[in-house]
This record gives sequence, structure tokens and C-alpha cells, in this order.
Amino acid sequence: MTTSTTRRVAVVSAGLRQPSSTRLLADRLAEAAGRQFAARDVDVDLRVIELREYAHDLTNHLLSGFPSPTLGAAIEAVTTSDGLIAVSPIFTASYSGLFKTFFDVVEADALEGMPVLLGATGGTERHSLALEHAMRPLFTYLHAIVVPTAVYAATADWGAETGGDGDGAGAPTGLTRRIERGVREFADLVAVRPPRQAADPFAVPTPFEQLLAEN
Amino acid sequence: MQFGIFTVGDVTTDPTTGRTPTEHERIKATVAIAKKAEEVGLDVFATGEHHNPPFIASGPTTTLAYIGAQTERIILSTATTLITTTDPVLIAENYAKLQHLTDGRVDLMMGRGNTGPVYPWFGKDIRDGIALAVENYALLHRLWREDVVDWQGRFRTPLQGFTSVPRPLDGVPPFVWHGSIRSPEIAEQAAYYGDGFFHNNIFWPMSHTKQMVALYRRRFEHYGHGAADTAIVGLGGQVFMRPNSQDAVREFRPYFDVAPVYGHGPSLEEFTEQTPLTVGSPQQVIDRYAAMRDDVGHYQRQLFLMDHAGLPLDIVLEQIEILGTEVVPVLRREMATGRPAHIPDAPTHASLVEAAGGGRDTTVHAVDDVTGRVADAAEASR
Repeated sequence: MTTSTTRRVAVVSAGLRQPSSTRLLADRLAEAAGRQFAARDVDVDLRVIELREYAHDLTNHLLSGFPSPTLGAAIEAVTTSDGLIAVSPIFTASYSGLFKTFFDVVEADALEGMPVLLGATGGTERHSLALEHAMRPLFTYLHAIVVPTAVYAATADWGAETGGDGDGAGAPTGLTRRIERGVREFADLVAVRPPRQAADPFAVPTPFEQLLAEN
Repeated sequence: MQFGIFTVGDVTTDPTTGRTPTEHERIKATVAIAKKAEEVGLDVFATGEHHNPPFIASGPTTTLAYIGAQTERIILSTATTLITTTDPVLIAENYAKLQHLTDGRVDLMMGRGNTGPVYPWFGKDIRDGIALAVENYALLHRLWREDVVDWQGRFRTPLQGFTSVPRPLDGVPPFVWHGSIRSPEIAEQAAYYGDGFFHNNIFWPMSHTKQMVALYRRRFEHYGHGAADTAIVGLGGQVFMRPNSQDAVREFRPYFDVAPVYGHGPSLEEFTEQTPLTVGSPQQVIDRYAAMRDDVGHYQRQLFLMDHAGLPLDIVLEQIEILGTEVVPVLRREMATGRPAHIPDAPTHASLVEAAGGGRDTTVHAVDDVTGRVADAAEASR
């Protein structure tokens, strides 16, 4: 089998309103990622998952233990991707409950080794560290590979492009610059890896002799 | 093809009357349900095993022995026997005893149990669930097949020169099904031993059940027990029926909506679409279940969950009546249609004895240290 030059990237957005600034940020990240992959001669197959559409199915999954067909397809789109862009609004010092619920119903080891670019939106810049103290640990727990730059967009960021972002690199700074930086780190990680093989427990089970021997 | 019912023995308030049955009523109801299942011509009655409220299904061999004494023909099974937290030595002894008392009308369905706190109550840890199922069953398998067992493992006191008594009836252990909803390791275990694989099915979309059964069939062949389509498969199901399907939906909905296991989640309509739950006319049940073999291949056993969610006993008995008289006779014919001759039936005690070349008394006589008499081993007592 020859190595494919296509990479699948899932974009999960947990915004609740329509239109949603969280979705707006997710789209900016996805679009920038597309350009970065193109620059590396890698085709990208983007799959956008708007969690709002699955809110009821997610609750049903929590209660019944299995996903509806549409939610099952969304989960599979994420777990079979080569990289993930995950964006949540920040509520009460952390990611939204909808965002957490989605990753709660994804199998614990399904994101292992998957490059993840984090994004978050909020009313003011003061919530930006939620990316570092809440979102990053969540994906570290899942053994995903979280890129160093996470992208936060406060309401004010949708205006001026010259605001300081404290990275010491001087002007021009702002949202676009952070998006480009995060996406570059993300694309570097995804592009150098072979397409990810999602583990299929039904394909090759652990042989029973081994299960017996491990005891 | 065998048809039957399985119960989990939940004590649940009837949401239409607000009345909660007592444990005593539910225990007696279990017996009435089993007797009704035999009366209407079903093949199997299976009871779960739980050791915590709201269930009354502890002590399954006591329940099954009592039912066995009052029935003639129906196969008594478990759904499931907890191979993780129950000592395999006790399983070997209790079920062999039950097998003798019921003249072989016993088989077992192994399961792990999924309530975390139950494990430590029996000195175990749920994180060892798979390892316990593997080790304990390996020991149980030997205890029924070897008269004298020396054994050492991780989870239980070692055994030296141990003989599990009574020995299995006619020298043939009860047939074992391994039940699992989502663990490939258990499908693999069933395949390794050439035992049956039961997929509970009732809370899952068929796409999932299908994958588990396909894995078991493939590995059954891999381990040399025969072609994949001859592997022994069982499925669970659940139905509620009235002659008019709208009546069935209207009557069942209040039970569904607040049921402990699936209430407050997907709507009845979503749940019936996504899982095998069928609420409607007997014909709808026939159509839905006759189609199951399109997904999992020709299979050997279909069990239905009938008494749950607070349904009162009289309605449950009525449902079993409809199942036994209107649904199963038609399903038997449907399932036989186009079934290739090489597909086996579910093993029974009689068929296992026949396969073993006839029954034999395997009584083990011990050394009597008073008289010094040394009795002969199994082969001498033929």
C-alpha cells in the first residue's frame, strides 16, 4: 500500500448559538489548516462536526449507553481522523458541558497519538488560560498530542488585529497571527505522520492463548 | 432453533399505578413466569444473577432448582452467571448439582456483571473483569472435565488434588454460552472453547451486534471447531404486543418512558428504530425477528425480555401467552425456511451425550481412610 497524501482532519465546534463565534473560529482554523496542508503538498479531507446538532443524541447516549446512528457517524469521523481541531466556548472557567460530553462518549483510547489543535472563545481575554488549565489537560489525559499554541479568541479579537498577545514577538500580533502559528504547528505534526490507522477491536482480537497467558 | 425468555429480576415500580411489588412477589412471579413459558411451548427460561437492589436474582441455582421441580421440559439457563465474582468451584458444584436434579435441563450463560461496587463485595476489582472471566472460566472448564484438579492462579486459593462433586451428569458438562455486549475478548473466549456466544442485543443497534457475532464466528472457525456458519449464536430481544399496534404503543409507553435502564433518554420511537425493541402487533414482531438472521446468519437461540420496567405479572403472563402461541410458532417456521442442513441446533444435554458416544456414570469414589478401601476412578464405574 502506498502512503496516501490525503489527511483527514476533524473539526469539532461546541458553540451553542447560530451564528456562533466558536464556529467562526473553528472555520478560521480549518481554512488556515487547508492552506498549510496545501503548502506541504498534502490534500486534506475536512469533516466539520457542530456539536449543537448532537446535543439531544449526546444526552441519550449518556442514558442509554449507545449512540444514535448520526452521533455514531460523528464519533467515527473524529476517531478515524489523522488530526483534530477542537474548539469550545469557555463557560464558568472551563470548556462547555456539551464539549465535555462529546469527548466523554468517545472511547478512552480513540484519540491516542492524534495531533490536536485547541481553540476557545470567550467574552473577555481573561478567560484565555482555560485553554491551558482545562482543555489541554483533557486531551493530555486522552493521550492526544496537543500542539503548543492554542488559539483563544475574545470578543475584542474579532476587531483590531494589532492587539498584543504577550508572545514578545512584537507587532503585528493578534488573532490571525496566533491562528497561523497554531495551524502551522498542527500541520507539521499531521503531515509528517502516516495516515492514522484507527484501532478496530473486531479486526484482530487478542488471541485467547495470549489472554490466558497474561493471567 | 430455541426460543425462550430471560429475566433480570428487577423490582420496579409500576409507573401507571405507583405500586412497587415486594421482593417476595417478584420471586414468586419469576416462578410463575417460568412455568408459563413452559406451558406455552417455549424452549428456554433464563434468569440473571445480581447481588444488589433493586434485583431479586441472587441465588440462581435455588430459583432454577425450584422451577425445575415444577416443570418437565423447559431448559433452565442463566442470563448471566457471574463468572467474575463467583468462585468457579462453587459454580462447578452448584450447576452440576442442578444438572443432576433436573435430568440435564441446564445450561449456563457466563457474564461479567457491570456494577463496580459488586466486585469488592466479593473481594474482586472490576478492573480485573476480563482477567477474572478468563481465569475463572479456564478453571471451571477443567473442574467439569477432569476428576482431579491441581491448579494455581491469580485470583483464587490454589487447589491440590481437588475433585468437584457431583461430577457432571452422564459425564457431560452443561453447555455454556458466553454473553457479552461489547468485549471482543469474550467473543474470542467463546470461540476458543467452541462454546456458544450470546449477544444480549437489546440495548444496541444491530450494526454493533453484527460485528460481535461476526468476530465470534470467524474465530470459532480459526480455532478449528467448524465452519463459521456452524458456530452457536444466541440473541436477546424485547417486545410488547397487542393485536393493534397503536394499543401496544399506548400501553407500553409509560413503562418505557421511566424505565430505570432506558427511560428519560431516546424516545420510544427512536429506541424501537435503533434497537431490537419492538412494540406493536405479533406480526410486526415476527417480521422484525425473522429478519435478524439476515444480520447475524442462521442462529440457534432467541431469548426475549418480557418482565421488566414495572410491568405487572398479569400483563407479563399475557405477553408470554401471545409470544408462545402467536409469535414463536410462526417464527419457528420462518427460521427453518432456507436454513441449510449443516447448520446445527443449539446443543442440549441429549445431543451432547450422543456426541460423547453415550452417557456414563462418572462418580468419583474417594479413598476411605477408615476402611482403607481405594475406589477406582471414573472409567471403572462405567
